[in-house]
Amino acid sequence: MLLSESKLDGKQMASLTFFLPDLSFLPKILKSNDLHLLSVFISYSNTCCLLQDCTFFTRKEILRLHGRYHEMAPNVVPMDYTKDPDVKLPMQLIINMPELKENPFKERIVESFSEDGEGSLSFNDFVDMFSVLSEMAPRELKAIYAFKIYDFNTDNFICKADLEKTLNKLTREELTAEEITLVCEKVIEEADMDGDGKLGFADFENMISKAPDFLSTFHIRI
Amino acid sequence: MSQLPAFTLRVPENTESDGQEPSPDNEGALHSSFCELIEEQSSLVAGAIEMELQERSREPSALLPPLDPMATAGLEPKQGEQHPGYATTLRILANMPSHTIGRSRGAIISQYYNRTARLRRRSSRPSLQQLSHTARPSLRQYDLESDPTNATLADKQSLLAKELLSLPPAQRSQVLLEVPLSLEEKRSLRRQLSQRRSTPGLRVHSSEPTSPCAWCQDCIVLGCRTLWYRFLALIHAAQPWHYALKQISGRFGSSVLSYFLFLKTLLLFNIISFLLLLVFVVALQAAYPPAVASPRPFTGLELLTGAGSFTHSLLYYGYYSNTTLNDPSASSPSGSTSPSRATQLPYNMPLAYMFTIGANFFATCILLMYSMYHSFLKSYRVGSSTGVLAIKIFSAWDFKVVQRHSVKLQSENICTQLKELLAEQRLRSCPLSLPQRLRHITVLLLAWLLALGTVLGCVVAVYYFSELMHMVQQKQGAAAGSVWLQEGVLLALPFVVSLLNTLMPHFYNLLAAWEKQDSPEAEVYVAICRNLLLKMVVLGLLCYQWLSRRLVCSAKECWETCVGQDLYRFVVMDFIFTLLDTGFGELLWRLILEKKLKSKRRPEFDIAQNVLELIYGQTLTWLGVLFAPLLPAVQVVKLLLLFYIKKTSLMQNCQSPSKPWQASHMSTVFITLLFFPSFLGAAIFVSYTIWWEKPSETCGPFRGLQTIYQTPKVWVELLEESNPNIAWFGWIPQYLVENTVFLFFLTGMVLAVIYFNIQVLRGQRQIICLLEEQIANEGEDKKFLIQRIHCIYDDKVHCA
Repeated sequence: MLLSESKLDGKQMASLTFFLPDLSFLPKILKSNDLHLLSVFISYSNTCCLLQDCTFFTRKEILRLHGRYHEMAPNVVPMDYTKDPDVKLPMQLIINMPELKENPFKERIVESFSEDGEGSLSFNDFVDMFSVLSEMAPRELKAIYAFKIYDFNTDNFICKADLEKTLNKLTREELTAEEITLVCEKVIEEADMDGDGKLGFADFENMISKAPDFLSTFHIRI
Repeated sequence: MSQLPAFTLRVPENTESDGQEPSPDNEGALHSSFCELIEEQSSLVAGAIEMELQERSREPSALLPPLDPMATAGLEPKQGEQHPGYATTLRILANMPSHTIGRSRGAIISQYYNRTARLRRRSSRPSLQQLSHTARPSLRQYDLESDPTNATLADKQSLLAKELLSLPPAQRSQVLLEVPLSLEEKRSLRRQLSQRRSTPGLRVHSSEPTSPCAWCQDCIVLGCRTLWYRFLALIHAAQPWHYALKQISGRFGSSVLSYFLFLKTLLLFNIISFLLLLVFVVALQAAYPPAVASPRPFTGLELLTGAGSFTHSLLYYGYYSNTTLNDPSASSPSGSTSPSRATQLPYNMPLAYMFTIGANFFATCILLMYSMYHSFLKSYRVGSSTGVLAIKIFSAWDFKVVQRHSVKLQSENICTQLKELLAEQRLRSCPLSLPQRLRHITVLLLAWLLALGTVLGCVVAVYYFSELMHMVQQKQGAAAGSVWLQEGVLLALPFVVSLLNTLMPHFYNLLAAWEKQDSPEAEVYVAICRNLLLKMVVLGLLCYQWLSRRLVCSAKECWETCVGQDLYRFVVMDFIFTLLDTGFGELLWRLILEKKLKSKRRPEFDIAQNVLELIYGQTLTWLGVLFAPLLPAVQVVKLLLLFYIKKTSLMQNCQSPSKPWQASHMSTVFITLLFFPSFLGAAIFVSYTIWWEKPSETCGPFRGLQTIYQTPKVWVELLEESNPNIAWFGWIPQYLVENTVFLFFLTGMVLAVIYFNIQVLRGQRQIICLLEEQIANEGEDKKFLIQRIHCIYDDKVHCA
């Protein structure tokens, strides 16, 4: 591939595209290699426009994210995204990112944003994940995905088993079994409104709306 | 409320093929299966229900016994009693429309279609007669089964796209951003939107009149929004501290990060003040310097004392002229020709000075109120007193923390906090005995008395020290000492005040350790209260001394410059003592802990204390801006240096905080503290000086006037003299600003608005209680229905 041979890294690409204006009036004396590069940049910036409208990131940040996605698997991820290549990175690679490596919920986070249910993320899912976890995403959107993350058995409810797993991951199993049971019972008592013994999405969202810190803690800086 | 009976519903097998996520095509099928069942058996069991209802109304406790064979004690049924239909029932319940939000794509798209339709129609609920009665009352507005053309996912998507097109562009982009669909689907939706927008025929669907007015408005709103986002992106891109903050939050979490964000906010305020003063006051005076007596040579001491060669410089009030700069009528008394440069406008320096200071305070006030509003909006929720444990579990984990050691510490923190919460709840169920409570109250009272006593003691100490310094200065004035000694004496009072401000908080920490408050939050509040009280009372005494000028600056002719110099010294001394505190408190303490005591613990970053120091420094700047217009620049330099020094010290010497800290709540408290005693106090001081104090005769832009406030009056009189037509202009200050009736009226309006908001809040709390009751009742209804259905099925099976 022409681009991978040209050995441009994400930062250079980002800076070039940032300054690139409308190129229709370019002189024809440019070599075909450069033209190909530039045409990829133009179409890439169109893709970025599309992505920019659907996520909370600016074009520069999307390019930076692409750089990060690419450096996880440079042989698999292409630099050219014009034809929307169907490339997915497996979960093992994503959860080794420095931002996610030490997070106890890293598998659940990646699974919640994965479209194929096995935890592999395409670039769109990757951008979506960091967009929802960014500063600018609204509370409702974050609540939806937080509910998905804490619902370990994916049954659309946060039941007692899910709560126990959450607690164990939070405290690294430092609490005794009796304390865990007590805490789970108290949580369900506090948050369950319709009395089915589990937390549905409405209960979860109601409780999250009372948590002022949720927006600032459910946030990953990339 | 948390008891769950086992379900024994046996459902025909074809509905089980839905699996976890039903395809949107089958949603209708699920509903109709319930519907048929109930209709089929309702006549059969109507009689049975009536009998049971009569039984229940007689014996409310009989609710449980008839259900005992199906009920279990715990939240989940035990293995032996699990009915084969249990999983099916749960799966069906999980696929109810209210539970599939966020899961089934069809449900999300339908929900957002209805939401945007509602936005378009601006009606809250369609009337009940229009829709079929099988839908749950709360779901009738979802239009799920009453829209027969909504069969496939593609249809739903195109419907949503059509609805989105009819929205104004600003709302459209907002809805697109907030839909919880995957990014690929959002992109396809957006592609559909742009395709449809290019075909003009489809715009007929919009119900809003496409008048040129509305179209113009849309364009303007969209254009402004785009510009605003570009501006924000520029600011984000221009941030030099993005990675530094990421490092800090990665290692120490949101609590310590809030200090650095507060520092950034203060930096922004000071930069704005500095730019305002630079453009309107300082730069122009620098271009037209007044004639000054021989300037003294620069020695290094000026940076500390602000006196010496700095006295007659742009830094202080005394340098600024009281005339109109570049006035063509006054410039050439000797009759020379017009100046060689192009037209130059005359510039009324006193007026500019006063109005710039006023604009400065006004802009800061607006910015502060906006920050407070924003902060309050994020952290305050109506009726949010319950659910502490649940909130803690779901929002305590800070996803920003990435370092292994910090993550481990965070786990330990959360564990400790949970244990504390459990212990607290246990304690609440068995409160302290009377002698213990009495002892606790006595200890609290004693601690508070001690704290107030120390505040009083510090104030008296500062007062007597300033008297002492006054006597020393008088003696020195008589005798001719060295310059260094003379200047050094000036530093003594700031030194003592800063020393007290640095040492007393440590004393209050010891007091708090002896006191042992109930909760860590109460500890933080009490510490903040005491520190703030000390700082504000000492500042109050100093302000009184500056205004009365009995002990400080009594002999000087140009008292404003003297006060400005004093404030400059206070700012510099505060900076030096912050550095010393960082050095001794953090660096030295860590070395002692490591080398002498050989413990692995490191000192912690005391967030409250550091933020209060920032507030104190900012108060000094605001107090001094009238007397030393370049003081915001000094504060900017100080804050920049402070950021890097604090960050370095934090990274090298400190560990993550071990106590819980509600970051957003405390940020609101700090911004409020910045506004209420700090900014308002400074504004009152400056207003008093402008309104009542007589400016000095020999220096400054207001020399010769009775008060600074007379400047605009003089200017208005000048205007009236030159042009009698605008005599009405003088009407404004006389009838609006100085008239008490108007101010009374304004205050009355503000109080009315506050009262109205309080009543609205009270009403909202009541509504929340009612809604919670309603949800609990619906849950009971659901349980009842399911039990009925089980009974029906069992009867059906037994009969068949």
